[in-house]
Amino acid sequence: MLKIQNLSFQVTNGTREQAEILKDINLDIPAGSFVAITGPNGSGKSTMAKMIMGIEKPTAGRIIFNGKDITDTSIDQRAKEGIGFAFQQPVHFKGMQVIDLLSLAAGHKLGVEEACNYLSQVGLCAINYIFRELDNSLSGGEMKRIEIAMLAARNVQLYIFDEPEAGIDLWSFQNLIQVFKNLLAQTNGIIIVISHQERILEIADRIIVMEDGSIAKDGSSQEVLPHLMFGVDKCQFYGRRLSF
Amino acid sequence: MNPVLKEILQKVSGIDNVPEGAYNFRINGMSELHSNSENTEIVSKPDKAGIDIIVKPNSKGELVHIPTLIDHSGLSDLVYNDFFIGENSDVHIIAGCGIHNDSLHATQHNGIHTFYVGKNARVKYEEKHYGQGSGTGNKIISPKTVIHLSEGSVLEMDSAQIDGVDYTKRLTEATIGANASLISKEVILTTGHQTAYTDFRIELDGKDSSCSIVSRSVAKGESKQYFYSVINGNNECKGHSACDAIIMDQAVVKAVPDVTANHVDAQLIHEAAIGKIAGEQIIKLMSLGLTYEEAEKEIIEAFLR
Repeated sequence: MLKIQNLSFQVTNGTREQAEILKDINLDIPAGSFVAITGPNGSGKSTMAKMIMGIEKPTAGRIIFNGKDITDTSIDQRAKEGIGFAFQQPVHFKGMQVIDLLSLAAGHKLGVEEACNYLSQVGLCAINYIFRELDNSLSGGEMKRIEIAMLAARNVQLYIFDEPEAGIDLWSFQNLIQVFKNLLAQTNGIIIVISHQERILEIADRIIVMEDGSIAKDGSSQEVLPHLMFGVDKCQFYGRRLSF
Repeated sequence: MNPVLKEILQKVSGIDNVPEGAYNFRINGMSELHSNSENTEIVSKPDKAGIDIIVKPNSKGELVHIPTLIDHSGLSDLVYNDFFIGENSDVHIIAGCGIHNDSLHATQHNGIHTFYVGKNARVKYEEKHYGQGSGTGNKIISPKTVIHLSEGSVLEMDSAQIDGVDYTKRLTEATIGANASLISKEVILTTGHQTAYTDFRIELDGKDSSCSIVSRSVAKGESKQYFYSVINGNNECKGHSACDAIIMDQAVVKAVPDVTANHVDAQLIHEAAIGKIAGEQIIKLMSLGLTYEEAEKEIIEAFLR
């Protein structure tokens, strides 16, 4: 169970003006939920996810996980409490092999067969990847899939995926959806996916729409999805003749 | 061998006792244990300290161990080892030097290794340097490696300074013939007030010769590292050198690339990157449950692997 209470985050920008990235967010997510968070760029989705993982610290509010206030705990303490995070932009490590990262995620040294199990879930053939270095020789899409396999290996209660579909090709997309379903079935935990992808939003139990640091809509997929626009971001200058 | 020597033998060679194949153990400045194999002969030099390692042509799967172990504080050891690798042979040589110093005297080993690699031969040469002991005396290991690669030959050189070496000045010189290739990978860790100099001077003389010189290092504490690599492309050839360093604390790292094309078809590349551990790498590993210190250790160990 995840509770977010009055969560706010303010930063001082370059001109020393206060910017409110998150404004008094309140959420209650029970175990067994598959939640999609969507909204325009800059609406605060990733910032909120990072706050749940402890990567950013809120300026106000509390985060309660499984009945425990984790607001002031460190990233590694939250990881040990059962929170896992797949980064929007996976991190490169020179010298570290794919199997090393998967082993660190699983908490024990993985054999080839076990590593293969996680990689095959994201459509990667283990034999071609387990001993590859996590460096620039891997494409963005490959890194992204390895990041998802890494989180699948973690065996936690709360899985957070930050835009997992970015860079994932059409052929791998069905695997990605299956990963979410499997994790939910195996753990009966919580899956939070930040996404703009209609096919991910369709399978979510609940969709939270964020706009300008606040929750604009929160409801079931059937309730929220018909009201979402999947088109060009609205721009005040769009269609107007501009002169410079 | 006493337990201390056995311990440093394990560190630099990964063995606990005399191995299979040909070997020569240099212990405290003397050739102590010695054996030939069917295709490899090891002969002591008559005029100076050192050995000739002679591998017959067409020998396959040869294994040669030549560790140097020192636990006499204050010893300054200079040795000349020459390798004559026969044509078409395939040899794996495991060298390495370990110094244990419990006293206040500087202890030093300088190994001068010269390779004459025959046509189409392949050599894998591993060299690991390590220092330990409770004394304040410096542990100094400064090798000079001179490599002559004949047509079609390949020498793969893995060198590692794993810990505890207070000062090193390593020089590698190579002349590379037609279709021959030098592949060198070194890893260096310096801590405290240690200093490491690495200097490569490569002549790509033959048509279609090539070299890859890759250095990965971590400098901690107030240690200093200096990486120099000179590659001269004197024919149609390919040369690549890369220095990649993680800098920590108050350490200093300097990388000086020098590539010269003396031929219109010489393709030469140098890459150098020095920087601290990226914050995002630490955050990533902490999100897997590692503490800051554990994350840092994992990143460094992987980087130097």
